[in-house]
Amino acid sequence: MAQVTLTVNGKQRTAEVEPRMLLVHFLREQLMLTGTHVGCDTSQCGACTVLVDGRSAKACTLFAVQADGSEVTTIEGLADGDALHPLQDGFWEEHGLQCGYCTPGMIMSAVNLLNDNPAPSEAEIRHGLDGNFCRCTGYQHIVNAVQHAAGTASKE
Amino acid sequence: MIPSAFEYERATSVDDAIAKLAATGGTGKLIAGGHSLVPLMKLRLNEPTTLIDIARISALVGIRERDGLIEIGAGTVHHDVATSALLGAQCPVVSDTAATIGDPQVRNRGTIGGSLAHADPAADYPAMLLAVDAQIHLQGAGGPRVVAAEDFFQDLFTVDLGPDEIITAVRFAPVRAAAYAKLYQRASRFAIVGVAAALEVTDGAISAARVGLTGALSSAVRLSGVETALVGQPATAATVATAATGAGAALSDVSADLHASEAYRRAMVSVFTKRALEGALARLSA
Amino acid sequence: MAASPVLPKLVGQRVKRREDPRLIQGLGTYVDDIKIVGMQHVAFKRSDLAHARILSVETSEAAAMPGVEAVLTGAQIAEFVDPMPIGTPFPSPDHRAVATDIVRYVGEPVAVVVASDRYLARDAADTIVIDYEPLPAVVDPERAMTGQPTQVHADFENNLAVALVPGGTGVSADLQTVDDSAVDAAFAAADVVVSQRMHNQRLAPTAMEARGVVAHYERGKDTMTIWSSTQNPHILRTFIAGMNGMGQDQVRAIAPEVGGGFGAKINIYGEEYVVAGLSKKLGLPLKWAEDRSEAFLATTHGRDIIGYIDLAATRDGKVLGMKLRLVADIGAYNMLLTAAIPTLTMMMANATYDIPAIRATLTEVFTNKTPTDAYRGAGRPEATYFVERGMDILATELGMDPAELRRKNFIQPDQFPYATQMGAVYDSGDYEKALDLGLKNADWDAMKQERDAARAEGRLVGMGLAMYVEVCGLGPSSSLPTGGWEHSQVTIERDGRISATTGASPHGQGNETTFGQMLADQFGVPLEHITIHHGDTGVVKQGIGTFGSRSQAVGGTALHLAGGKVKEKMAKFAAALIEAHEDDLVFEDGRISVKGVPDSGKTFAEVAGYAYVPVPLPEGLTPGLSEEAFFEPANNTYPFGCHISLVEVDRDTGEPTLLRLVAVDDAGNLINPLIVEGQIHGGLAQGIGQAMIEEVAYSEDGQPLTASFMDYAIPRAADFPRFELDNTVTPTPVNPLGAKGVGEAGTLGSTPCIVSATVDALSEFGVKHIDMMLRPEKLWQIIHGGQS
Repeated sequence: MAQVTLTVNGKQRTAEVEPRMLLVHFLREQLMLTGTHVGCDTSQCGACTVLVDGRSAKACTLFAVQADGSEVTTIEGLADGDALHPLQDGFWEEHGLQCGYCTPGMIMSAVNLLNDNPAPSEAEIRHGLDGNFCRCTGYQHIVNAVQHAAGTASKE
Repeated sequence: MIPSAFEYERATSVDDAIAKLAATGGTGKLIAGGHSLVPLMKLRLNEPTTLIDIARISALVGIRERDGLIEIGAGTVHHDVATSALLGAQCPVVSDTAATIGDPQVRNRGTIGGSLAHADPAADYPAMLLAVDAQIHLQGAGGPRVVAAEDFFQDLFTVDLGPDEIITAVRFAPVRAAAYAKLYQRASRFAIVGVAAALEVTDGAISAARVGLTGALSSAVRLSGVETALVGQPATAATVATAATGAGAALSDVSADLHASEAYRRAMVSVFTKRALEGALARLSA
Repeated sequence: MAASPVLPKLVGQRVKRREDPRLIQGLGTYVDDIKIVGMQHVAFKRSDLAHARILSVETSEAAAMPGVEAVLTGAQIAEFVDPMPIGTPFPSPDHRAVATDIVRYVGEPVAVVVASDRYLARDAADTIVIDYEPLPAVVDPERAMTGQPTQVHADFENNLAVALVPGGTGVSADLQTVDDSAVDAAFAAADVVVSQRMHNQRLAPTAMEARGVVAHYERGKDTMTIWSSTQNPHILRTFIAGMNGMGQDQVRAIAPEVGGGFGAKINIYGEEYVVAGLSKKLGLPLKWAEDRSEAFLATTHGRDIIGYIDLAATRDGKVLGMKLRLVADIGAYNMLLTAAIPTLTMMMANATYDIPAIRATLTEVFTNKTPTDAYRGAGRPEATYFVERGMDILATELGMDPAELRRKNFIQPDQFPYATQMGAVYDSGDYEKALDLGLKNADWDAMKQERDAARAEGRLVGMGLAMYVEVCGLGPSSSLPTGGWEHSQVTIERDGRISATTGASPHGQGNETTFGQMLADQFGVPLEHITIHHGDTGVVKQGIGTFGSRSQAVGGTALHLAGGKVKEKMAKFAAALIEAHEDDLVFEDGRISVKGVPDSGKTFAEVAGYAYVPVPLPEGLTPGLSEEAFFEPANNTYPFGCHISLVEVDRDTGEPTLLRLVAVDDAGNLINPLIVEGQIHGGLAQGIGQAMIEEVAYSEDGQPLTASFMDYAIPRAADFPRFELDNTVTPTPVNPLGAKGVGEAGTLGSTPCIVSATVDALSEFGVKHIDMMLRPEKLWQIIHGGQS
């Protein structure tokens, strides 16, 4: 067992974990932050995306011990109290989700995207989401959602 | 999917990492970003007894100019390579190549050293490192060692890296007239074929050419036949088209899988050699 | 409840979803989010051979590991889990949830581990050693039909699951007599006959949430609660009760948030029976969460039907007759609806056309692959694909514009209801209207010019068009062994808020929003005052589930009827309270009042309160406001549309790129156009995925070659242009809402229109048809004749 201390959504958390405990399982099963999902086991789908020290990462491809000392932000930590994050608002306004399973990871990736590029083109948005699969929406409303958050939505 | 159990240690320096690695007697593995290793561990295709985490060794991270060369620390993540202003200005093919790897999350964690050590035959970096004629800097208990990229990639998942050695950096002389062209495997986003080409041109004629290929064989190689066909010729579209034509046909032991047969891969080697060379030419005039 | 300001009507509006606040904050609860004190984890050891006899299963090392509660072989599971039932009337081989003697596909369960956490369960499963005697495997259904090289099931000769079902013109209702004379005459009279073999390839549904089950048998109460990522908890309850010797009153099935289904979560799987049965046997709450790597093997696949089509036509393009021979590769076993899915392909063989004579036949074949079952569209996309591709081949043969060929053969608006030769009765339609709108929105003639201009530059650009008609709104009960109705209960609570249930258990369809919109309008109350309950048999008394685009057309109608009943009763209470005649009352803006005199009434809450403390009790009324309704549709609905695409193929690499996708869909009346758009977008994505990048592949010996997202591609955001949507509205007479259903529509037209566009792009090479997926290498070979 190894001791890890992480700051998750602004709160410091210390726990004993097996070294092989994946960050996503640590978040979900030890911290009960079940908003981060698991959608594959080969690091493609992005359902498990969280921010580690401010950058998007697939929590299924990271051991909790590797993130020792890091700041982790999950979907649960995105809103400011009752005020939704602009991307959460965008996904709601633009119908950017259906079953909702990919949504937390998709939103966290979009946070990374807009941090890097606050006014992305449509093509940049689509490529910025290369690491996230959605099987429900066909992505068009997700693109709209990101544009909504970025304030780049064009009237069709 | 769940990996089997292992011990975990964090190395504080390169020397510490080498010592810890040696102590595992060959059953340990270094981990930086883990984006090559962790997926294999989850599938239990790789079951190290100990992981030695080198991600926080600051000496391994960063992109800088040194002795007229550009050095990329082995622990530098793909995202930083893809967005480096230094590389963008002096050797954009490196950034371009990094930008084709995986996806944003993978690029945020995966490192150049990890990619090279893993030596996936369809990885993108090896082709580019061959084209820029990079040196791979290693360190082991016996001290540092430098291997030319051309000698480093040996076979399927096999590189010139001892069991107790660590990759510390890659260095290369910047070259502006270079480009990477890649046929994506649509599922994995690895390269079915990836070609990097670098040209040196003097008075309108190609004075030197290096072309690196990934994806088509068990490991990355230089396309020396193409290079020979280029040198001494005028730096024109016609030249590169001619030189690229036979690139695929000249290869032996071309890979075949669900995504591309041997014949298709051969053809795509020629196509992407041409595209990479055209990209390099375009940089020449830019 | 205070009187509200004027409430806008919501039906027909782009209302944003009520489901979203929890989902965008990570607060939804999916199966794997559930924890129960004492819960143990289940792992399955699966076959890595496609066909083999099990000689021994060595479990002692696993059983001895600390934290391991139980390890069971197939034989031990068979002691308390019966062979798996199916939901179709076709003959079916013995199918054990965990194999006892022979494994028949890679991924079939062979042993089961129960351990204290999922890591340990996996460790233990890894130690199980199975000794196999390999048997020959068969992966090609047409080879399997010869009985060679193996029999998947000993008692199904030549691997025929369904030997040959005839359909169409001249087939008697009992299928016993087949008169070919009309079909033969049509072909004899034809100027032109075109023929083509096509493969509608095997796909992996890949809902982003793989499957998962939690089962909790409570010994003290003799009750079972099962949480499952399912599209139909009521059907699950029925089967779990039956398999465990329990009454349906003793089993509660819950579909919590479900992360997509696409048909693959209709089936009741062996893992569900095993986890439930083991929970009962061990007296422990148990969880199993499927890995993606397992899902590619263990969750049913879709499609995989070969179609041989022959079309007979006059020189001027009137189709006289059609033959369609279908061979469905159903994999190793019959699952819940497996055998029925290809019958839907046969049922929709007319497509949108008035074809005088049709002969269709269907054969279903066992192979050593994962079983197939429903996948988005389930049989209908295959029919659309075969017929639409056939029409394009015919158009090319005749030198006709593909749109004009279709126009010439449509079933006309005045022919509805239209009884097809295949036994379907199309409810309503105006196909030419959808075609015309599609042509207008695509600017078909300008598109042709654009294509021709691109070709003049040496680019390979092509355009494709496909019409579709789909059977949706499934039932009625005569066509569904589960029952084809839906159920709802609407309750006006004592405080004037509304609780409603629906048996149509959603997994992304947004029923909480659309059904809320309907009730808000029906009762003149704010949407925020309404809660829609679903997915829990302990709360929702009865139901069938969500599949076959039936939520709105069948579930929505049940809700509407239940709402109508309770409204009628509420009006009686209101009439008594405000001393008016119930026929003069209106429900508006949170009040019930005399029409035209808003101040005359009472608030909704006041009337509700009165109904629960009815002093005095109006004559003829009982207290309370809660009514239920079952709705059994008299017929299916038949939405339709027209999809048009523009595709460019890279001459050097063969890579196809979708440049434009224009869709016109007619789903009848729409409750929420925003949600409908989302459904169409998602359907298009899956239809495009099938055409361009998705294909489950096996090696000759039955090893899966696409067993992870490393090898099985599903579309990413950058794979698509912005879709161009529009709609026509042709209400259905089948239900009072006039709604037809839309969930699967997008998958139907997009697939053939993209293949047609790609064939068109490569027309200079003389190609007439290309089987999916449009693998770049395949296209490159057509362009380059196989030469490098």
